[in-house]
Amino acid sequence: MDKVRLAVPDFKPSSTDGQNAALLKTFNDTLWNDLDVSGVVELVSKSFYPLQVPGQPPEVNFLAWNVPPPNAAMLAFGNLGVSSGRLTVQGWLYDVKNTQSPQVLGKQYADDAPSDAAVRVMAHKFADEIIFRLGGGIQGIAESQIYFVSDRSGHKEIWAMDYDGSNQHQITHVGSISLSPRISPDGSRLAFSSLTKTGWELMMYSIDLNRLLSFPRLGGTNLSPAWSGDGTKLAFSSSRGGEPEIYVADASGGNLHRLTDSKGPDVSPVWNRKTNAQIAFVSGRTGLPQIYTMESDGTNQQRMTDQGYAVSPNWSPNGQFLTFSWVRKYGPGEPGASDIYLMDVASKQWVQLTHDGGRNDFPSWSPDGRHIVFQSNRTGNLEIWMMLADGSKAQQLTFSGRNSQPNWSWK
Amino acid sequence: MKQKSTKWLFLILALGALLALGACKKKAAPPPPPPPPPPAAPTASISVSPNSVQAGQSASLTWQTSNATDVSIDGIGAVQANGSQTVSPSDSTTYHLVAKGAGGTQEATARLTVTQAPPPPPPQPTVTDEDLFNQSIKDVYFDYDKADIRGDQQSSVQADGQFLNQHSNINVTVEGHCDERGSTEYNIALGDKRASAVKNALTASGISASRIKTISYGKEKPFCNESNEACWQQNRRDHFVYQK
Repeated sequence: MDKVRLAVPDFKPSSTDGQNAALLKTFNDTLWNDLDVSGVVELVSKSFYPLQVPGQPPEVNFLAWNVPPPNAAMLAFGNLGVSSGRLTVQGWLYDVKNTQSPQVLGKQYADDAPSDAAVRVMAHKFADEIIFRLGGGIQGIAESQIYFVSDRSGHKEIWAMDYDGSNQHQITHVGSISLSPRISPDGSRLAFSSLTKTGWELMMYSIDLNRLLSFPRLGGTNLSPAWSGDGTKLAFSSSRGGEPEIYVADASGGNLHRLTDSKGPDVSPVWNRKTNAQIAFVSGRTGLPQIYTMESDGTNQQRMTDQGYAVSPNWSPNGQFLTFSWVRKYGPGEPGASDIYLMDVASKQWVQLTHDGGRNDFPSWSPDGRHIVFQSNRTGNLEIWMMLADGSKAQQLTFSGRNSQPNWSWK
Repeated sequence: MKQKSTKWLFLILALGALLALGACKKKAAPPPPPPPPPPAAPTASISVSPNSVQAGQSASLTWQTSNATDVSIDGIGAVQANGSQTVSPSDSTTYHLVAKGAGGTQEATARLTVTQAPPPPPPQPTVTDEDLFNQSIKDVYFDYDKADIRGDQQSSVQADGQFLNQHSNINVTVEGHCDERGSTEYNIALGDKRASAVKNALTASGISASRIKTISYGKEKPFCNESNEACWQQNRRDHFVYQK
C-alpha cells in the first residue's frame, strides 16, 4: 500500500508573545518526527513547499500543494500562540485534492501553563489524530511510553521515556541491580526483577502512587515477569523448585502454577496478548537457548527456532508475529552477531530486521504493531533504538549511560 | 677355780686400801653443785611459699622459732616467735630472720624470687578461617552455555568439598557467573544452574545444604571486560565467597 503523501509546513505564530518561538520549534519538531516515524505517511520534504504556508483555513492555496513539486495528497497546518498566559494550538488536516470539502480534521488544544512539555503533548495528540485517520483506524503511539534499564545513576534501575526518547526519567531507586521492566496493560504498575540480599525477586512498582508495592518473596531466582493481556496474570521464570522454570501467578503474586519441567533453563516468557491463551518463552533444554510457544496451561510446547542462539521473544499485539534476538549462525569462526528477527507464528517463516553486525536484543512491540524498540551496541555503547517493523527508519533514543531491555507500553 | 677368785679378792682389797688412803689423808669439802645446764640455744626456721612469684603477686612468709625472746626479720622488724605474713615485694628478696635468746642467736633465711611479668608475646600472624578459605578454595569454570561440571574441574570440586568437610564451621556462598555474550535474562538463569550444579555436587559429598548459599549474577558482575575467549572463560565460573 502506498503511503499517503502528507505535507506538514511549520505551524505559524498566532500572537506576538516572546515565548512563541521556542514553543513553536518544539511543536514543529515533535509533530514532524511523530508523523515521520509513524510508518503510515510519506512526509513531503520541506524543500518542495511553497514560500507562503497557511496558518488558517482561509490561507490554504490548494494549487500550491496538490501538484508538483509538493504533489501532496494531504496537508496538515495550523498555528500556535501564547496570549495572556494561555497557550493555544489550532491544527487542521486537509485533503488538498478535495477542494470542495477538504477538512478531515480540525483540532484546538489549550493550556494555561505554557511549557515545553505541554506543547510536546499537544503535538503528540495532534499527530495521533492524523495517524488514526490516515493509518486505517489504528491508534497512534505518539503518547506511548518506553520503560527501560539504565545504569546512569550508578546502579541498574528502571527508567521511562516518551516513545520518541524525550523526557527520560528514573523510576526506581532500589540501589541494587534491577532488570526486565514490564509495564502492565493499563499502565498503572511496573513489574521487574531485582537482586535482593536473598536472591533475585520480582518487584512491583505503582506508577500512580510512585512507590514499590508489596509483593511476595518467592525464593530461588525469579526473573523476567510478563503480563497477560487482561492484566490479571504474570508469567515469569523461577528456580524456586530447583531449576529455572516458567510459572504463572496472579498479578498479586499468589496462586502459582509451574508450566515447564525441563532440564535446561526456561526463562523470558511473553503472553500472546490477543488471545491470552499462549505463552512464548526461551528454553535451553536442547543446549543453546531456543524460542518455544505453549498454551498458557503449559501444554503443547512447540519449538519455533531451528538453530543458533535465540532469546528475548516478544509477541505482536495482533497475535500474529514473534520478534526476538537470534544469532543464527553459531559456533567458532562465525560472526556471532545477534540480530532482531520477525517470525510468523503460524508458518514459522522469518525475516531478519537488523543487519549491522552488532549485538541487538530485547525487541519490544509498539501498541500499534508497527514499531519495534530494542537495544543495540552498534555505536559502541549499549543504547535503545526504535525502528519500523520492517527494519527501516532505525532511530537512536538514548545517548548516555548504558541502556537496555526496553519495554513498550500497551497504549 | 681357785686362781680367779684369788685375783678377785686381791682387787677388792686393793680398792679398799685406796679408799682408806684417800679417806685417810684429810677431811674433804662437800663437792660443788653441778653447774646449771646452759640455756637452750634458740631455733629458727623461715620459709616462703611459693618461693617464686611474678611481680605484683604475693607469697606467704612463715617462720618458727623456739627459745628466743627477740625475733626479727630484716625488712619487717620485730615479729612474734611464730607467725606468718603475706608479702609482695617488687623485687627478689631474702628474708633474714634473727632469733635471739639466752642461749644465743639463731638465724634463718628464705629467698623469694620475683620475676617480672613476661612481655606480651608479639602479635602472631594468626591464620584466620577466611585466610584459609581464600588460600584453599578453588573456583569452578564452565564451558560456553553449559552448567554441568567439566571433567577437568572435578578435582577442584572435590578439593572444595574436602576443605568444607574439614572446616565444618565455615559456610560459603556460590556465585554463578556468565560471560558477556548472550542475553541478560538467560544468563542469570544459566548462572543459577551453574551455582546449583556445584552446590549439588558438594551436598552429594556430604556437606550440609544449609552451609551453601547460591546466587546468580549472570553477566552482571564480570571479572574482566575484554571480548576474547581468555576473558570469557574467566567469567564463566562459580565463584566461592566466604560467608562472614
